[in-house]
Amino acid sequence: MTVPVESETGTAASGREGARFQETKYTLKLLLSNPISAAGMVGVVFLFCVMVFAPYIVTHNPLDIHLYDKFLPPSSAHLFGTDHLGRDIFSRVVMGSRISLTIGFITLIESTVLGTVIGLFAGYKGGAIDSVMMRITDIFLAFPSIILALAVAAALGRGLTSVMVALGVTWWPLYARLIRGQTLSIRREQYIEAARLSGAGTLRIMYRHILPNCIAPLMVQVSMDVGFTILAAAGMGFLGIGAQPPSPDWGLMCATGSRYLVQQWWLSTFPGLAIFLSVISFNLLGDGLRDILDPRLRRG
Amino acid sequence: MSEAILGVRNLKKFFPIKGGLLQRTQANVHAVDGVSFDVSEGECIGLVGESGCGKSTLGRCIIRLIEPTSGEIRYRGSDISGMDTKELWSRIQMVFQDPMSSLNPRLTIGYCIGEPLIVRKTPEAEVRARVGELLAEVGLNEEHYGRFPHEFSGGQRQRINIARALISDPEFIILDEPTSSLDVSVQAKILNLLNDIKSRIGITYMFISHDLSVIKHLSDTILVMYLGKLVEIAPKRELFSMSLHPYTRLLIDSIPSRSRRYRGEHAESPLSLELPSNIDPPKGCRFHTRCPKVMDVCRVNDPELIEVEAGHYVACHLYN
Amino acid sequence: MTKKLLEVKGLQTYFYTYAGVVRALEGIDLTINEGEIFGLVGETGCGKSVTALSILRLVPPPGRIMGGEILYKGQDLLKLSEREMRTRIRGREISATFQDPATYLAPSHTVGTQLKDIIEVHLDSNELKRRDHIERRVVETLRRVQLPDPERIAAQYPHELSGGMRQRAMIGMGTSSRPSLFIADEATTFLDVTIGAQIMRLFVQMNREEGTAMLIITHNLGIVGQICDRVAVMYAGQVAEVCTVDQLFDNPMHPYTVGLLQAIPRLDREADRLTEIQGTIPNLIYPPGGCRFNPRCGKAGKGCGALAPKMAEVEPGHLVACHLFEGDQDE
Repeated sequence: MTVPVESETGTAASGREGARFQETKYTLKLLLSNPISAAGMVGVVFLFCVMVFAPYIVTHNPLDIHLYDKFLPPSSAHLFGTDHLGRDIFSRVVMGSRISLTIGFITLIESTVLGTVIGLFAGYKGGAIDSVMMRITDIFLAFPSIILALAVAAALGRGLTSVMVALGVTWWPLYARLIRGQTLSIRREQYIEAARLSGAGTLRIMYRHILPNCIAPLMVQVSMDVGFTILAAAGMGFLGIGAQPPSPDWGLMCATGSRYLVQQWWLSTFPGLAIFLSVISFNLLGDGLRDILDPRLRRG
Repeated sequence: MSEAILGVRNLKKFFPIKGGLLQRTQANVHAVDGVSFDVSEGECIGLVGESGCGKSTLGRCIIRLIEPTSGEIRYRGSDISGMDTKELWSRIQMVFQDPMSSLNPRLTIGYCIGEPLIVRKTPEAEVRARVGELLAEVGLNEEHYGRFPHEFSGGQRQRINIARALISDPEFIILDEPTSSLDVSVQAKILNLLNDIKSRIGITYMFISHDLSVIKHLSDTILVMYLGKLVEIAPKRELFSMSLHPYTRLLIDSIPSRSRRYRGEHAESPLSLELPSNIDPPKGCRFHTRCPKVMDVCRVNDPELIEVEAGHYVACHLYN
Repeated sequence: MTKKLLEVKGLQTYFYTYAGVVRALEGIDLTINEGEIFGLVGETGCGKSVTALSILRLVPPPGRIMGGEILYKGQDLLKLSEREMRTRIRGREISATFQDPATYLAPSHTVGTQLKDIIEVHLDSNELKRRDHIERRVVETLRRVQLPDPERIAAQYPHELSGGMRQRAMIGMGTSSRPSLFIADEATTFLDVTIGAQIMRLFVQMNREEGTAMLIITHNLGIVGQICDRVAVMYAGQVAEVCTVDQLFDNPMHPYTVGLLQAIPRLDREADRLTEIQGTIPNLIYPPGGCRFNPRCGKAGKGCGALAPKMAEVEPGHLVACHLFEGDQDE
């Protein structure tokens, strides 16, 4: 049973910009209509604002040490209390958002770019290239990310750069697989044959024809993964591989505060809550996006 | 008589079926199994057959989207396997079957149509002008250059496909079931359009379909294909008034039509139900399992395609 | 004396989608008599499949039957409970087969198992106890649809059968309880033409030997011409014309029917150009007012866009919904 929607002149807005704009507006509308994904969106927007306006939100300098004020519980002067060196935890958490979110996004950008390129080539070319690339992917997938990260840290030294490289290196196989799967199915479509007949070469087909059709599932995966990269980055920080003290990295803060968990619970709890909030916001948003985009993928 | 624009000799295309630990070829699907014919310039040749007969594969071999396993294809005398694909695809083009999946949903139709020019680095203004011309030629609005495929109906999408095939100024177009997914009233428009284009620029068509009535409407010569082989070639009128091969007869008789109104026939013989597989097919005529006129020789020898009358070829032991 | 088997009156089915309300059926009137083969013909979006689903009350959400009556043997199906529909009507009194049997047969069970399930559902309790009886019924059903070697077929999985055989299996399943009405929705569309011809012969045979009335839904006028007794032509959710098959081909009245007949390439005559119907199928969310065909109709008059025409009998058994034939109506 087909229900025709188009008429002779077309019902959607004319022009390229019109169509994309309508689609985005429509997606947003759907996202906000579902309370769960709406909550996720609110959380994500909130985090972004915190990240962008951090210098204006902090009440104290996150790095200032006041040994006389150490271990102060949460109060109006220090919203989240102070840590073992008297630093204001609220300001540190706010500033730390920049670190965590940056790691999350840079990691994702690295891994999606690398994964997409590999996935496209493997899926489109097939044959030996596909086999080789997929075996390499399998090898990387098999490595526990922590071990790999430790190895990279050992090679490059500790610090933010190491974490970003390490996470990027462990995350790309996921995208390579995803894009390869998409490419394999798109490759058989008649419009790819038509593109070949038009004289399009491999690169043009991959970039112009296949990639735009992979964006939707890619976006869904990315939005769900942001939360996990932040979590992974926090994990690295917890292990001491990531940002080094006195940097207000959330994971690091959780680690240093873990010693004082019983008496001075606020040292670890607030950065922990920040991690939790970030991860769940992105996850809910990702879930919502997936529910919206998947059935539309099928319909479209 | 016009010269032969396309000559196909003993074309074969097998698809290996791999299996086992070492992925060895266990069997072959004989999609096209020794096909030979000629196409004269300016004619419309119809290729008809049911699913699995290999007609789509044959079309794709001719246009070199697939490489044949063996055999020869000559375009204006030159072997196409030696030709540069850029050159070939400026001479031969293809219109695909499914209007839904033959246009990239993420690209504007202007890009889809203009891609052959864009690839050759033609300046944008020229591309736009040319695309506009073609949109008008296929009966669409030039202003819709920037729209997306989903904004058009099935019939309009096929027009876009036709425009895309025409933009490289080809001499020969292969149409692979171009109207099979369309409604009857829309099909009429597309068939008329194809006819108009043909009378205007004298292009040669190869029309592939499973629908004999559509083929009859458009074609000059008809090729009937069954399980990878050509069983009959004849000019249109002769094929219908004087079909020789039993399969052609069966095909014509199976077309639903008011003129065949009947009631309560005897039960169909079970032989007709099984379509033989084209994986490593057995010896003998491919049609012998379903043929009402089967003889002993049919089970053993594969008949050759021979010219029974001028321009009328058949591969059947009844006429050897 | 022909008895009415199914009478559809004023059927309205709408789909509430994100994009808007799709008015798929806007007041359909049909009558199918006992033992006749009735053809329902139309193009994409005309609502023929939705009609079948509405009769079986299987319209998927976001679709809803908004109004009208479906009288089966005098009883309004729309007033029955879901339970009654399921146990008494579907698969028993009224049965169906759809376009692609591959998707309607479960891939993980053999044909015999699926057929057994269906037979069991419709049996009385004391017959259930006899397992060999059911197995015999399975084989008998498959034989009735002319499948060769039915015992072997019963043991096979759907993917091991060809398209034509699957369709026969579906038809067998649908008719195992000897329904009074069998609906075939585009049953031969995905099949090769030679196999489709056999399926059509099967329908005719079933109708002849068992008196099963059939509703043949198709876009192919050739099928209608070959096996149907009466036919209804649908356009964009409305019925344009209802008549016998002879009347359809010899004396089509509705401009859409005329256009359709002229657009088909025919085997029996040559034509350089096929006659086109200008325009395209309308958007059913914002359909044209009055007669939905009026924007494309070469004979449209002033009133056509304002008021939907009522069905008028132009000759015995021949009904047309067109202002041209309403006699006393001004255009």
